[in-house]
Amino acid sequence: MLDRPRRHGLAVAWKAGGGIMAGDGSDAHQDKARRFRDAALPHLNDAYTLARFLLRDAADAEDAVQECYLRALRYFDTFRGTDIKPWLFAILRNICRGEFARRSRVTLAIDDTTDDADDAAPLWQEEQASPETEMVRQWDAETIRRLVAELPDPFREAIVLREINDLSYSEIADVVGVPIGTVMSRLARARSMLRKAWIAEEGLPT
Amino acid sequence: MSCAETEILLHALLDGELDVGHARDVETHLQGCPRCAAQFRAHREMQQAMSAAQLRYTAPMSLRRRIEMTLPSAPQRTSSRRSVLKGFVMGTALSTAMAASLVIAVIRTDPDQRVLGDVVSAHVRSLQGDHLTDVQTSDQHTVKPWFNGKLDIAPPVVDLTAQGFTLLGGRLDYIDGKTVASIVYRRRTHVINLFVTQGAVSEAQGARLETMQGFNIRRWSAQGLEFFAISDINADELQEFADKFEAAFHSSSET
Repeated sequence: MLDRPRRHGLAVAWKAGGGIMAGDGSDAHQDKARRFRDAALPHLNDAYTLARFLLRDAADAEDAVQECYLRALRYFDTFRGTDIKPWLFAILRNICRGEFARRSRVTLAIDDTTDDADDAAPLWQEEQASPETEMVRQWDAETIRRLVAELPDPFREAIVLREINDLSYSEIADVVGVPIGTVMSRLARARSMLRKAWIAEEGLPT
Repeated sequence: MSCAETEILLHALLDGELDVGHARDVETHLQGCPRCAAQFRAHREMQQAMSAAQLRYTAPMSLRRRIEMTLPSAPQRTSSRRSVLKGFVMGTALSTAMAASLVIAVIRTDPDQRVLGDVVSAHVRSLQGDHLTDVQTSDQHTVKPWFNGKLDIAPPVVDLTAQGFTLLGGRLDYIDGKTVASIVYRRRTHVINLFVTQGAVSEAQGARLETMQGFNIRRWSAQGLEFFAISDINADELQEFADKFEAAFHSSSET
């Protein structure tokens, strides 16, 4: 039914550590840096956006993105795909979820309870909506960003990758490391939760 | 297909992730199930609102500089790139084909055609399922205030029932990245969608009749608004509709 996931060679070995490039200034080294710059720098705004939503803090997001680009350059040789964005995002996501979160001012409540929680609970059972309530109000960007930021981690991540970073389901599956079916059910939940918050926002005093 | 399946799969449909067969299955279910159809519309509206809202952040310049500084300085030798360009300029059969496809790409992305394409899609969508109108009434004094607060324009709503065009109601739709008003009329069994959007004041254009995918589209601008009337009625009748709408619009705005 769905496209099969594309593999981007995400088995990044950066956890193993290893020396940073020896800075020998060789042609190969320069060539790699240039190729990396051309491929990765155009995605800087996207990467920063993802980090902002995952970490919910501007300064942390900057640090995480810088760390991401350092690691990505170091392991650029292991990149085997055609589209660098999901590969870059997988690194960035690991940084945001991993050691970075631990020393971060913001404590991330990471949901590691696999996906049982995602699938067990039914979607919001919505009442039959009247034409009037079906219409969603057009919130400004700041309001929408806040509503998205309030979603629980796995759902926030899914909806940001899809709606804001414009990744396909298979790319999201690669970045997050879950099957495509899980991506789809998380997105469905994320949108239902967001829609509920979106509508509730209307009742709040402005 | 069951409601439970549709509840999930409608998201894949929204995201363009379904193959043709499953997309058809979901669409068929949506046509027969008002509840799922309402959900689909609500999620589509939210998706459109999100994409229109520009939620992306821009990386601070200081971050960009910091990252660029960590990259070894790029050498000024661009030989490999130049040779690629040379191959292209030399004009192999491949590059000719590539150039041709580039031209097609440019034509396809002509903004005017894109807007018309959006108009056609919105019209076709409105005829599928049960989403022709959000506010369903033949009373222009109900339709007009319904748009209040939903748009940053006040679309003119005129009743043309006496002239043979029955007012069915109004709807919000989405064209060229903007939320627009659609005022819906009926001529015999044919539906006319009149899309009203904020016009580009600087490039006021005369009325034009265009045809796309078998639909007639008449577009004109007036009083800072841009109008697109689309229907499968013939061009003369659509012209008649536009003339009568304009006449009624002018007389109502003068009184």
